[in-house]
Amino acid sequence: MTALALDAARRLRSNPGAIWALAAILCMVALTLIGPWFSPNGSEALDWSHVASSPALQSAHWFGTDRLGRDLFARTLEGARVSMAIGLVASAVSLGIGLGYGAIAGYVGGRTDQLMMRIIEILSGLPLIFFVIFLTVIFGRSEYLLFLSIGAVGWLTMARIVRGQALSIRRREFIEAAIASGAGTARIIARHVIPNVIGPVIVYATLTVPQIIMFESFLSFLGLGIQEPHASLGTLIAEGAGEMEAAPWILLVPGGFLSLLLLSLNLFGDGLRDALDVKEG
Amino acid sequence: MVPALRIEDLSVEFTQRGARIAAVRQVSMDVAPGECVGIVGESGSGKTQVFMAAMGLNAGQAAVEGRVRFEDADILGTGPSELNRVRGSKLTMIFQDPMTSLTPHLKIGVQLAEVLVCHAGKSWSEARAAARRMLERVRVPEAARRLTQYPHELSGGLRQRVMIGMSLMCEPTLVIADEPTTALDVTVQAQIIDLLRSLRAEAGMALVLISHDLAVVAGLADRILVMYAGRVVESSGAGALFGRALHPYTAELLKCIPSLSGPRLARLPTLTGQPPRPGEAFVGCAFAPRCPRAAQRCRTERPLLQDVSGGGPEPHAAARRVACHFPLSA
Repeated sequence: MTALALDAARRLRSNPGAIWALAAILCMVALTLIGPWFSPNGSEALDWSHVASSPALQSAHWFGTDRLGRDLFARTLEGARVSMAIGLVASAVSLGIGLGYGAIAGYVGGRTDQLMMRIIEILSGLPLIFFVIFLTVIFGRSEYLLFLSIGAVGWLTMARIVRGQALSIRRREFIEAAIASGAGTARIIARHVIPNVIGPVIVYATLTVPQIIMFESFLSFLGLGIQEPHASLGTLIAEGAGEMEAAPWILLVPGGFLSLLLLSLNLFGDGLRDALDVKEG
Repeated sequence: MVPALRIEDLSVEFTQRGARIAAVRQVSMDVAPGECVGIVGESGSGKTQVFMAAMGLNAGQAAVEGRVRFEDADILGTGPSELNRVRGSKLTMIFQDPMTSLTPHLKIGVQLAEVLVCHAGKSWSEARAAARRMLERVRVPEAARRLTQYPHELSGGLRQRVMIGMSLMCEPTLVIADEPTTALDVTVQAQIIDLLRSLRAEAGMALVLISHDLAVVAGLADRILVMYAGRVVESSGAGALFGRALHPYTAELLKCIPSLSGPRLARLPTLTGQPPRPGEAFVGCAFAPRCPRAAQRCRTERPLLQDVSGGGPEPHAAARRVACHFPLSA
């Protein structure tokens, strides 16, 4: 732990919103991981004696069941696990690509930078939903496609942020000193540029996770993402939206979980940004 | 004898908003092995740019022409991979501002050791031991503890010692020190100069000391080159230069050093006028507008750097060369 990190940790601790959000995130993660062991029902088991029954803590189905009699508690936990996993994996992928791409563009500069940035502009100009529908039509629905299409756009903003930081670092004296010490370009990028841009990058990455969860849920809601019998929060919400009037809990349980998750992730990301003192813009 | 560094007809030009600005104009110089050469001049005289170009540090921003030979290889325009064979190991540089020249997120020990790991292929544990010995050599107290500290935990003077240590890790043939004391306060300045002097005596490397301060150069340099507006205007042994300057510019500079023993002056002497602005075109001698000895010839014809010591053709430490139509007599 460097003094800087300790300082940031101290500032984060003094922000109650961020700490509560972090606690909520940890609780939700723990719940999705160990919850299924405590639930008496499997996520795909059909209970024909309880179809679309309302939530009741005395019964076997704490949060009620959906219209096929599947336990909503178990399904929400599975859906949340899938959504969180996609959020984390896709964020990590976009972090990796964006960090490398942005650092090279920003540090090398000149024509390389121009070319790399134009590519980003073209990619970010693509209307994403049409892009995903297009891919689905050609390759058929698959979960890998979902990862691919989320990954294809997730890294663009990250790369821009890293490039901006790298541009300001490349003229610093310690970079000049590193060149004078005979360090090659790859070494300078990996050892001197990337570690020095990590602050804003961490902050942006924590704010990317909820964005990607949101986007995945949106695609699944439209029927382009996770397919039955698997669940994500998006498919559960789509299912609940159909029964909204007769059985509102089928919408409210996964919807509430998603809202709480997004709120906590955003609050924590904001707290982290304040703690690391990253300037916006 | 092969010089450690030979610079021939080096020119450095920048392009700014379409205008070409010459920072260095056809500078030639030799640095003999083990010799300490002081480079003196005002801000903007091109003294730093000469060596930035030699180290390949302004590649991509400046148009550089001429030849730079380090030991027996041409190093100008050879590209970074060729340069990196000598850069940082045999040919090293100490920068002006130790506060910003160390990478902030790496521990001192790692930064020192990495030089050996990269250039000499040493293992990390060997390199770390060498880093510790180096910190002791550059007289950093509590060397073992410093290795695990970050740059921001050290004072400016200590950081400059670390920078000097880093430049010496691979036993270089030539160290270029670009204003190594300018960012430090005066007492620390004297310590750093002492340190450089004793390290040079121990290690025997050649040293180029770039400074705007004649007093800094005086205590260390065997030979002094005075630069003005991108050219060398005088080259002389240090003792001879301080004894009697030949170029009027050098003479004026020497007059500006306040004396402790002389009469007390109401005002410190300064050079009148300004050096030519970057990109300003002029014919004749660049110093003519400020020169007390300037005549008509100085404004029309550029004086060349000429040997005035009457010695042989081989440049040696005692040779005196001056670029002036009317030099002060030796």
